[in-house]
Amino acid sequence: MDFRLSDEQAMLRESLSGWLARNYGFEQWRRLTARRPPYSLENWDSFAAMGWLRLAMPEDTGGMGLGAIEEAGVGEAFGSHLVVEPYLSSIVLSAGLIALAGTAAQQSAMLPAIGGGRLRIAFAHAEAESRFELSRIGTRAARTEAGYVLSGRKILVLDAPGADRIMVLARTAGDIAAEAGLGLFILDPKSQGVSLRSYTTVDDRQAADLVLDGAVAEEVLGDPEAAYPAVAAATDRALVYLCAEGVGAMSALCEQTLAYVRIRQQFGQPIGDFQVIQHRVVDMRVQLECARALTLYAASVADGEPLERARAASAAKVQVGRSARFVGRAAVQLHGGIGMTDELAVGHYFKRLLMVETLLGDIDFHQRRFASLPSELA
Amino acid sequence: MDLSLNAEDRAFREEVRAFFREHLPVDIAEKTRRSFHLHPEDMLRWQRILHEKGWAAPAWPKRYGGPGWTALQRYIFDEELCMADVPLPLLAGQGVNMVGPVIYTFGSEEQKAHYLPRILSGEDYWCQGFSEPGSGSDLASLKTRAVADGDDYIINGQKIWTSLAHNSNMIYCLVRTDPAVKPQRGISMLVFPMDTPGITVRPIISIDRGHSLNETFFENVRVPRSSLIGEEGKGWTYAKFLLGHERFTIAEIARSKRRLQRLHQMARETAVGDATLADDPIFRDKTTAIEIDLLALERMGLRVAWEMDQGIDNMLSASILKLRGSQIIQAVTELSVEAMGYAGLAYESLESGCTHSPSAPDIAQGKMEEFLFLRAATIYGGSTETQQNILAKMIYAGA
Repeated sequence: MDFRLSDEQAMLRESLSGWLARNYGFEQWRRLTARRPPYSLENWDSFAAMGWLRLAMPEDTGGMGLGAIEEAGVGEAFGSHLVVEPYLSSIVLSAGLIALAGTAAQQSAMLPAIGGGRLRIAFAHAEAESRFELSRIGTRAARTEAGYVLSGRKILVLDAPGADRIMVLARTAGDIAAEAGLGLFILDPKSQGVSLRSYTTVDDRQAADLVLDGAVAEEVLGDPEAAYPAVAAATDRALVYLCAEGVGAMSALCEQTLAYVRIRQQFGQPIGDFQVIQHRVVDMRVQLECARALTLYAASVADGEPLERARAASAAKVQVGRSARFVGRAAVQLHGGIGMTDELAVGHYFKRLLMVETLLGDIDFHQRRFASLPSELA
Repeated sequence: MDLSLNAEDRAFREEVRAFFREHLPVDIAEKTRRSFHLHPEDMLRWQRILHEKGWAAPAWPKRYGGPGWTALQRYIFDEELCMADVPLPLLAGQGVNMVGPVIYTFGSEEQKAHYLPRILSGEDYWCQGFSEPGSGSDLASLKTRAVADGDDYIINGQKIWTSLAHNSNMIYCLVRTDPAVKPQRGISMLVFPMDTPGITVRPIISIDRGHSLNETFFENVRVPRSSLIGEEGKGWTYAKFLLGHERFTIAEIARSKRRLQRLHQMARETAVGDATLADDPIFRDKTTAIEIDLLALERMGLRVAWEMDQGIDNMLSASILKLRGSQIIQAVTELSVEAMGYAGLAYESLESGCTHSPSAPDIAQGKMEEFLFLRAATIYGGSTETQQNILAKMIYAGA
């Protein structure tokens, strides 16, 4: 056992925090989120140039062949600066799925383009009635002479506005909740039969609801009836990334709150001198450290055996969700009125944490998933 | 001891319910139900309907134009009001619930005759100038100065969190008239029109992206000495009186009941696979826990209401009501957002100033906004930490 970062991991961490410190202050964030889509392609190019977009891609497609720990490093750094570029959707999920489910030809056709920043793909999985259940998919893909034709509805397709392509999880066979009979299909959002209803998310990014009515897929990733294991694996990886993003955002909130209670004077002294405030600051830190511990554990097993991977990812998501609630709410509370304003970063971290808590399954969902898996203690 | 409502109380409830059914404009109820922001004109329209009936100020004594109800009747009224989706008296609230009682308790005869009818009719809408950037929990440290100059005061300084200052034509303000004495004793309360030269209002956009809060600046604002409420140097006493009054309304007991009821409805309309969220035992456990908390708060509230009628001043319970009330407000709004799942994350700002979640059902509209804005429930009106300090003082003193 060795908790130290490798030289490579330490260098990655330094390059991330250095670049973000120089280029991604709160004012820059504000300018980015005023755009449509709410991010910057110049930033995306910089991420590509630094290799961050191809960290986890296989080496034979121009990737660096690294894993979930490195991806979590990106997540934590991005979370601490509220990065809005579509890393989760396009890199962790879509590129991750291509690497897991795509044929060798598909991988070498798409991954270099994604890693080079020239292709962004959003991932459409959620449906209104499935809540967080991954395999509960009503969107149908039917094989025709023209190729696979898709019909159905998807909600909250993160980063769909501005994406070059959309990857859709759809059913080719089986009952609505079956794990078998699912496939991954890539669509051009401008093609016939695809309509997007774009909107702003609570944290000032963008997503869309998607209506597919006879849309023809450009690509089918690998086996159109057996995508589920890849989707489950990529989602667990994405959970780790999301948890790391939460850890980054919480650590920023802990820092900002500590700085604030040290300077805010009431009753003739900094409020941070009151024991009740000190204890709350401590509780925030305790929550952060618990979240960090489980996130790191989940990252370390994310590329391993499916059962441990799933257990760890769900445990981390539950812990991060609970921690995010506590830290986010305490940060606003300790800032008082000023924490309620759009002007301060605190509220924006609070809202990002709300996304982290809910995306890919909330606390209840992952607690149930964890409980459904075999445990040594049970 | 008899803790049930008597026949008279039940008849009163029926009367209120019938009135709302008949007179609440359908469009206003619909807007409230869908959490649309009411236009000041709508609020005024409703205020006039209530005024005509003599119900514009439920807590006021008869001689000032109130209905002269008991505290229990007021509670019943409030509950019916929430259940009928009557809008919160956003604009009128500051006049009716806050400054009105201060004026009829401490104001001069001229002030009563001038201001009270205008509050009831909706002619005057008030905002509150209490907090300052450096004086939140520590309100007594406020610095906005009012210096006597002949027949006038000249005011300089800054207030913050002035809710709806941009829609109000009157302000009641705590100012420092004597910097030499103990902070609490150098404070006075002034009331004056918002269009007095030298007042600047700057919007503060809140975490929900909405605009209800403001900063208000005073630069050589000249107001007549008749703007003073009661005595100079007694402003702190009046403010405490007002905040004590506020603690009951601010607990929003009936509103939380309505929100919980709507949450149940939302859960029934939220599909989870082949079932609904309402069928989920874990979710039901959570609503049940809140319902029991709320029931305890309600019974405590009824007791405080009854004590008020008996002339018993129970400050301990008033603070507990605010403390628990705000926690329950947050518990319900948190669970409402949780219930929305992915649909809650979609959050558009419409031109009307309202927010909208495209993939959420009608019943869930406005829930995210409410959740975000009500993070302030444990901050405004004396934060949770402040209430705990107040309670500690009372309990240690033997309360």
